[in-house]
Amino acid sequence: MRENTVAIKGNKDGLLVTLSPTEEWLSVTTDLAARLDQGQQFFSGARVTLDVGTRPVRKDELSSVKALLERRGMTLWAITSESITTIESAIALDLRTASPNATQPKRTDDLMPAAPTDEDSTSGIMIRRTLRSGRAVRSQGHVIIYGDVNPGAEIIAVGDVIVWGRLRGNVHAGANGDSTAVVCALDMTPTQLRIAGFIAMSPPDKRHKPKPEVASVRDGRIVVEAWG
Amino acid sequence: MGAKVVTITSGKGGVGKTTTTANVGVALAKLEQKVIMIDADIGLRNLDIVMGMESRIVYDLVDVVEGRCKLRQAMIKHKQFPELYLIPAAQSRDKTAVSPADMIQLTDQLRADCDYILIDSPAGIERGFRNAIAPADEVMVVTNPEVSAVRDADRIIGLLEANHKGQGQLIINRLKPEAVRRKEMLSPEDITDILGIQIIGIVPEDENVVPSSNTGVPVTLMEHSKAGAAFRDIARRLMGETVPFASMDESGGLFKRIARLFGGS
Repeated sequence: MRENTVAIKGNKDGLLVTLSPTEEWLSVTTDLAARLDQGQQFFSGARVTLDVGTRPVRKDELSSVKALLERRGMTLWAITSESITTIESAIALDLRTASPNATQPKRTDDLMPAAPTDEDSTSGIMIRRTLRSGRAVRSQGHVIIYGDVNPGAEIIAVGDVIVWGRLRGNVHAGANGDSTAVVCALDMTPTQLRIAGFIAMSPPDKRHKPKPEVASVRDGRIVVEAWG
Repeated sequence: MGAKVVTITSGKGGVGKTTTTANVGVALAKLEQKVIMIDADIGLRNLDIVMGMESRIVYDLVDVVEGRCKLRQAMIKHKQFPELYLIPAAQSRDKTAVSPADMIQLTDQLRADCDYILIDSPAGIERGFRNAIAPADEVMVVTNPEVSAVRDADRIIGLLEANHKGQGQLIINRLKPEAVRRKEMLSPEDITDILGIQIIGIVPEDENVVPSSNTGVPVTLMEHSKAGAAFRDIARRLMGETVPFASMDESGGLFKRIARLFGGS
């Protein structure tokens, strides 16, 4: 085992596990498993905050670490990272997220905790950039995108979705079955649009003039009309 | 001081990464730059063939990383350009034989000795791609004027952003101006409308490219080739020159639109 790829410390919230941001992911997770197995009695039941530094960790990678911890009686509770990819993975898995460096105002909009709150329909995330193909944003509340949603990107929100830009990817509002949820965009040409259990597709490429529109469910189908 | 590491990548396969790497490498060498090309497509090596250097491979990238040879021994010198080198990929191994940290270490050793290090990335977004972009100072994203290639380029740009590599610069390869005019092919405007990044080159479809790749003489060396001229322009833009985008058809229709796209004259 290489040294320094994994550091485990106790903190007030439980355990702080820091993984080397540069070593190969597979070897880091293998080292982590080995370290935990050495002290299994000691670690069992702990709530873990994982610090991955600048490493971009994909959702499936993060979810396998989560499983690795759970198999040893621990709970993955929060993620600390400077990588937007990692933060998005954490949001997708409904984990708490935090930036290690509180003086990074540029990114704070990405770092909102995604944990469900009791104040239904008041929470949400705001993302100030374009979502490119392959990006998925999931939220227990609303999602606001200040940028475009490109084809191949995906938004799934329990609440409403507002896109201050062009919506061309997939979007699902009211994902837990709330058919009063709405989707708004400055240019509404999603690949597929869902509200609760209803599905609509954009008509094939007509040369349209972009205009702000809002989609909602009325009389059992999705209707799109001028916004405002 | 030292070399600039430029990675050529695309997401989708077959859009022209290797052709671009070979031609931009040769074009830079013609401009008297010292260039080292690295084929990072371990297991599916091609750059040596396109460069006509296949028969001279003794050691490869994996041999260097695993310490079976010195870095110098794996650098094959081009016959026509003595300041152009190729470090070939291994053919009998896979992407996991090299790590992103290995690539950073390797390029750091080379930086002092050359002006440009060009890395030919494999297709995909997995290990091979991560190896290729790890040491990059700049990234050129190659796409074709078709929806699937642009979709993959968009994914790649997102991954570059997530890895703090900037957005990259775009090369649109195999553009057919007539097809764009007939609205059968995406135009450069359609593509930048989605991707929203700077274009560093537009390479027209050119029937010389395939035979030149087969014979190992990059098309840049053919003075009359339109694609060759476009690759030479990319090399000059990479060096910081402002090169107007060439007219690609007689009527000038496309040219005008491209010029508008860049705010050029």
